[in-house]
Amino acid sequence: MKNIKVLGTGCANCQNTLKLIDEVARAKGVVVQLEKIEDLQQIMTYAVMSTPGVVIDGKVVHAGGVPTRAKVESWF
Amino acid sequence: MTALTDTSHDPRRPPWGWLGLAFVAWIAAYVSLMSFADAAIALLGLTRQTHLGEAVHFFFYDTPKVLLLLTGIVFLMGVVHTFVSPERTRALLSGRRLGVGNVMAACLGVITPFCSCSAVPLFIGFLSAGVPLGVTFSFLISAPMVNEVALALLFGLFGWKVAGLYLALGLAVAITAGLVIGKLGMERHLEDWVRAMQASQSADYVGEEMHWPARIDAGVAHVRDIVGKVWPWILAGIGVGAAIHGYVPQDFMASIMGRDAPWWSLPAAVLLGVPMYSNAAGILPVVEALIGKGAALGTVLAFMMSVIALSLPEMIILRKVLKLPLIITFAGVVAFGILIVGYVFNAVL
Repeated sequence: MKNIKVLGTGCANCQNTLKLIDEVARAKGVVVQLEKIEDLQQIMTYAVMSTPGVVIDGKVVHAGGVPTRAKVESWF
Repeated sequence: MTALTDTSHDPRRPPWGWLGLAFVAWIAAYVSLMSFADAAIALLGLTRQTHLGEAVHFFFYDTPKVLLLLTGIVFLMGVVHTFVSPERTRALLSGRRLGVGNVMAACLGVITPFCSCSAVPLFIGFLSAGVPLGVTFSFLISAPMVNEVALALLFGLFGWKVAGLYLALGLAVAITAGLVIGKLGMERHLEDWVRAMQASQSADYVGEEMHWPARIDAGVAHVRDIVGKVWPWILAGIGVGAAIHGYVPQDFMASIMGRDAPWWSLPAAVLLGVPMYSNAAGILPVVEALIGKGAALGTVLAFMMSVIALSLPEMIILRKVLKLPLIITFAGVVAFGILIVGYVFNAVL
């Protein structure tokens, strides 16, 4: 099971990213553990500068803006 | 904000033909704005001699003009953003001294993609890669204040001179405020965990390779994102502006915010702007209405800068990384800079 973290301080873009990942995962029938990280100190440990950022199994795969659907699909 | 996509093997050819066509259509639309507005009121059976006719004409002239300018400038910025990611800007600023660093930071603030909800991660990201505190502040002040939407709207509503002045003075405030904060040596007023991160990482920048089709896509996406978000504001704003343009007496604002208003009207305008939180799109139509009725340009631009650059919500977020003395200094220095800009503007124009 993939562990996916969305890093963001809680703006609209972060919510949209979370929703998009959830949607795509469901559509593909992939079971994921989805988390939202809002704590700044934790976000900074991933050295992400522009939120929302996406971390899959400990690796930053995206930063800055809502990812495109195609990009999200490529993660599964 | 551009989504980074791996396009190093982009098979598409750049759509130069379509882009050229779009450019020609844009120019054609821009030069026929006046005839469009004339035709629109003629069709409605109005003439510009009446209040209603003048108001409707204003609406039909200004709306397409502002939207066209906005679309054009936002598209260009979307493409420019693909060349300057925050990571790249950080690498450019890392280890710069005060002075040159501040000038660079303020200028990069204009063209680097920036979303106010990323302000704090960006702030820490810069510091942790060894960008000096004062230089970081120059970036953080300029990025939201001098942005493409503000410039496009100022250009559309007041002409290129006012837009140019806003750009120059906005940069001046960002550079000076950053320099002052840097000189004051306020690093000890960072929260401890932030201080511990200062200059802890390298600023190496690994760029993702991108080709023209993807850059143009990014421009289009930026237009969809920004113009899609702000057009209702602009429409509503121009609507209100049109009503005022047609009906409210010419010198209505002159005694309160005009050049002959008492000296304290400018600080009052700046103070009034702090609790107000809006973006350029929301505030500019108001600005236009105020100026149309005799408010002085300096006072109104100071008000606008204050609304965009100094906001309570932002300061509350910044409180997580800055201790109170630094926040107060930041707000004070920026407010002071804006005040000077306002007085200078009022004195010169």
